[in-house]
Amino acid sequence: MAAGLGRAAEACVGQVVLPGDLLLLPAHYDEDGEGERLRLSAGAAPVGRLLCGPGLRRSGAGLLVTKCGLLRHRPAGPGAYWVDSQQKRYVPVKGDHVIGIVTAKAGDVFKLDVGGSEPASLSYLAFEGATKRNRPNVQVGDLIYGQFLVANKDMEPEMVCIDSSGKSSGMGIIGQDGFLFKVSLGLIRKLLAPKCEIIQELSQLYPFELVLGMNGRIWVKAKTVQQTLIIVNILEASEYMTAEQRRQALAKLSGN
Amino acid sequence: SIPPFLSAGDTSVLAGIYGPAEAKLSKELPDRATLEVLLRPKVGLPGVLERSREQQLRQTCEAVVLGVLHPRTAITLVLQVLSDAGSLLSCCLNAACMGLLDAGLPLSSLFCGVTCALGPNGTIALDPTVRQEQEARAVLTFAIDSSERKVLMATTKGSCSVEELQQCLATAQRAADTIFQFYRDSLHRRYSKS
Repeated sequence: MAAGLGRAAEACVGQVVLPGDLLLLPAHYDEDGEGERLRLSAGAAPVGRLLCGPGLRRSGAGLLVTKCGLLRHRPAGPGAYWVDSQQKRYVPVKGDHVIGIVTAKAGDVFKLDVGGSEPASLSYLAFEGATKRNRPNVQVGDLIYGQFLVANKDMEPEMVCIDSSGKSSGMGIIGQDGFLFKVSLGLIRKLLAPKCEIIQELSQLYPFELVLGMNGRIWVKAKTVQQTLIIVNILEASEYMTAEQRRQALAKLSGN
Repeated sequence: SIPPFLSAGDTSVLAGIYGPAEAKLSKELPDRATLEVLLRPKVGLPGVLERSREQQLRQTCEAVVLGVLHPRTAITLVLQVLSDAGSLLSCCLNAACMGLLDAGLPLSSLFCGVTCALGPNGTIALDPTVRQEQEARAVLTFAIDSSERKVLMATTKGSCSVEELQQCLATAQRAADTIFQFYRDSLHRRYSKS
């Protein structure tokens, strides 16, 4: 009566997988240095590395699914499997660019709310051109766009607003006005995909500034308050609308 | 998103999951997440029976939730009883599992709840109504996991022999297949829209 003895991982790509499902990997993904294998044909050497992405854990000979969602696969580079799940709660990951809200100033460090289980810390020196004499002008309640330098389950997350070469590359304090709202993490990933249709269609409508945080937060600013709110409503609704419904809604708006 | 609202016949329970969120210093555990279950009855204040059910639900959920991935956090599961027409505990278990799935918490497997009522003449009735529960000699509820159909939690009200317990367990394990198929179908429908 034992269920699901494990299906081949390649067979499940693009399908819904549930926690508890065991995905079997093809035999040529060896554990590191597990004995010499005689290769009888002169074919391409088997790929040795496999990355186990979000929603999957290594278990014995295969991968155990821990979140429900669609299974995705990337064959190139180091091959990778991951689960595309819909979730609203953010868990900090190193390297993610997020929008944080300053909640406190504690000496030389700002505490930011990033939507995770703990507030993240941001040093006042982590801005471009900041020195001990030249401090950035950050107040409680400001919005900051930065990336995680340290983010793991055991430590408090730390953010910075400069990249490895010391340049800000778009990060820092987000300006006055505009509107901040929250959406699900899956929608953010869809919007961040290259050549996203939603963003292209919206930019035909009105010019606007947009900041997308991987923690589900979006900041929008257009010329007038009304245009800003229209863009906010379209972005929130685009999670549940099909492409056709969205085009109809935009056509009605550009007609007015 | 639409909160999981599970209705088995006329018994329905609304589940809300919050977390992983900041835990109070007194309640945080250094190596794993703290799971808290709150069960609210339809009328009145929660009493001793609700507290007992909360502990049973908590222990079942702790067996499947991978709490080690989120140390020093709190996961709160709130269950509100909307209507009770029998088999309430198994409805709560199913609502809790669907809630955990919907929230995207890491789970090692799924679980479901099945209630059996042993009639006075030895007949086994699955998902009994309130009347069947009152007339039964014993009412047994099992929480079954999805990977090997093993028992995560078993609770009995009344008395029955060991053979009858084994028979009820076997019936419940077979019934669990239907519930797991329902979970799979609901999720297929949800992900087919995106």
